[in-house]
Amino acid sequence: MPADEARVISPMGAKLKKHWRVVFYPLGMTPALWLVWQGQHGALGADPVNVFERSLGLWAFRLLLVCLALAPLRRFTGLNLLRYRRLTGLLAFFYASLHLLAYAGLDHGFDWSVLWTDVTHRYFIIFGMSALFMLIPLAQTSNMFSMRLLKRRWKLLHSLIFPAAVLAGIHFFLSFKTLNSVSAPYLAALAIVLLSRFLPRFQAGSRL
Amino acid sequence: MVLFRYPRPLPSEITPKEMYLSRRSLIGGATALGALTTAARAAALQTHSGPYSGSLTPTPHDDVTHYNNFYEFGMDKGDPAAHSQDFHPLPWTLEITGLVRKPVRLDIDQLLHSPAIEERIYRMRCVEAWSMVIPWDGIPLASLLKDADPDPKATHVAFESVLRPSEMPGQNEGLSGIQWPYVEGLRLDEAMNPLTLLALGIYGETLPNQNGAPIRLVVPWKYGFKGIKSIQRIRLLDHEPPTTWNRLASDEYGFYANVNPQVDHPRWSQATERVIGSHSLFGATRQPTLMFNGYGEQVADLYRGMDLRKNF
Repeated sequence: MPADEARVISPMGAKLKKHWRVVFYPLGMTPALWLVWQGQHGALGADPVNVFERSLGLWAFRLLLVCLALAPLRRFTGLNLLRYRRLTGLLAFFYASLHLLAYAGLDHGFDWSVLWTDVTHRYFIIFGMSALFMLIPLAQTSNMFSMRLLKRRWKLLHSLIFPAAVLAGIHFFLSFKTLNSVSAPYLAALAIVLLSRFLPRFQAGSRL
Repeated sequence: MVLFRYPRPLPSEITPKEMYLSRRSLIGGATALGALTTAARAAALQTHSGPYSGSLTPTPHDDVTHYNNFYEFGMDKGDPAAHSQDFHPLPWTLEITGLVRKPVRLDIDQLLHSPAIEERIYRMRCVEAWSMVIPWDGIPLASLLKDADPDPKATHVAFESVLRPSEMPGQNEGLSGIQWPYVEGLRLDEAMNPLTLLALGIYGETLPNQNGAPIRLVVPWKYGFKGIKSIQRIRLLDHEPPTTWNRLASDEYGFYANVNPQVDHPRWSQATERVIGSHSLFGATRQPTLMFNGYGEQVADLYRGMDLRKNF
């Protein structure tokens, strides 16, 4: 579609496309701000630290799932939202970092001996922590400069998102006492976005 | 211009209004006020202060009744209060059978009007590393077991909760892998300990559904999941009975489940606990967990010579 035509049809849409970062990054922060506001106004219930910590972790996992879903989405529906991978990936990292901060600071008051034991002894924590550490280099290299610098290795480096998602999924599963109707749909979604990569590619123009 | 400053307590330090109102020792009519604010079906109990009421400050009534683990009504802490309205705790019969000389069937009305009901203000430590202080009203389990006259061969006590999928939505959830009804157990000497209580109420009123109506177990030196709710059957046995959480994950939840800050859960430390009731994200408190939840003086002898790491 010629550019001038797009402008005529939807000037708002074109503007949004150009300046979408300005809209979506703050939008992505609202759950965190909302949680802080709720926390300060007694709206997170009787165990606010726990709810806050878990909600941040859940948002990180949700955004990671959305980030991972964009490639299969294009492949199977043709809808191309790949440009939002950086946005969703960075927001996932942002929430995972806040989640870690809430766990270490709010929940454990930066009690290093407790945290050290957790990090060295408990698989539940080790899985979550490893997932976050894998996202660090991805967040660091999520710019055009790094892409140009690393060339092919950039893609290889960014495939770290797959083990990170698997570890985050196990960490999420272990954060409940049993499998349940809250965790099961998320785990199913993770399985779908990961496994869909192994399905045969739909050939445009083929007769099925 | 500020001429004079006086020290102001933090909001978290002020006793909530509904809590000081519901202290029956202060005002006789206060229970009526408490009943207005929560659990419409709760009825006042004739109760008196027991020997273990202590000087603990109870967790606000609203938190005790809206922050619950009762998976029969759902897994979220708010689910039991939200989804237990269809449960019918009355009429109810409690059976004490098995290795006893005088099996008994107790009608709940009889128990609810028993002069033996006393108030016990106990610490409650959940295995998930949070804690409350709850003013229970109940009857020591030992007195009911004595009435049934245990056979000398009896070594353990098994408790069984209720199976009512039509009234308990959580029992229809197949994903959890939990086998219903919920079952728990104690060694006979633990069951006979004076601290062990069959609770019929909290805060001077009959138990709300979400807290285990009409009758539940309270074993204050053990993690909360030992406190089986809505008990229908108590059986005396000559062997250790299976228990729900142990059956599900034996490496995480032992038969004894004594509160022990030195023995961690595989997924988290048990050395400290989050105190429920602050409602403030940045003002929440964490406190050290006490051995046997602070009841070592009364119960440590039960476990003398035992390896508590192995028998966790």
